[in-house]
Amino acid sequence: MAERPEDLNLPNAVITRIIKEALPDGVNISKEARSAISRAASVFVLYATSCANNFAMKGKRKTLNAGDVLSAMEEMEFQRFVAPLKESLEVYRREQKGKKEARKDKDKKADSEEQDKSREEDNDDDDERMEEEEQNDEEELDN
Amino acid sequence: AEMAAARLSGTENRLVSLPLSRIRVIMKSSPEVSSINQDALFLTAKATELFVQYLATYSYKHGRGKEKNALTYTDLSHTAEECETFQFLADILPKKILASKYLKMLEKEKRDGEVREDDDEAEEEEDEDE
Repeated sequence: MAERPEDLNLPNAVITRIIKEALPDGVNISKEARSAISRAASVFVLYATSCANNFAMKGKRKTLNAGDVLSAMEEMEFQRFVAPLKESLEVYRREQKGKKEARKDKDKKADSEEQDKSREEDNDDDDERMEEEEQNDEEELDN
Repeated sequence: AEMAAARLSGTENRLVSLPLSRIRVIMKSSPEVSSINQDALFLTAKATELFVQYLATYSYKHGRGKEKNALTYTDLSHTAEECETFQFLADILPKKILASKYLKMLEKEKRDGEVREDDDEAEEEEDEDE
């Protein structure tokens, strides 16, 4: 399966914003530096994925989970990320739970009013998968 | 809880700015990966943001570039070469050399009849697009 080169890149605007927010005000970032950081970020994802996958394999699992990613960070010498990542994960999980509950309510309403299906929009699919995942570890995340 | 979220996500008030779908495409390009749980996807995206911040600030702080109010490519390649944590980036952030200097190096090698490349200190120069 061949990806086009641009698919493995991250959006420039987002990368630029993250850099700008991290650096002091008024610091210029050359286009080259921005592009280099973007490439570095893609490489980081690949490296982290590979590392996390090793942990999953050690655990005889086919699905990468949160623990694998956190272990990968330690392995890659980015221990400093672990605490903030755990914090963020908690917030994320609460958000996802909230969305799921909101959707359950929506479903109830839809059933009773016999609405048409509008389930293909945004993260509804992800939520659905989240539900399934809790019952079953081997879950493919894609449409 | 909202305070924590705002602090973590920066001025955008979003928990994560990088699109999960794109992160997923990159992760799935690794052939040995079969599936990725939603939490793992989120953590990878968030970790990548932290990485971008760290790489940028580290390079800015330790850059030996002439400009104090800019982050340049040179700062980044210095970081990749000198900091162990970022050494995995060395291949994609190579040091740069002016073409003219490189040609001179080649000529010198030819003249000296040396086949082995010297570990010359190549001056890093940069072409700014701006």
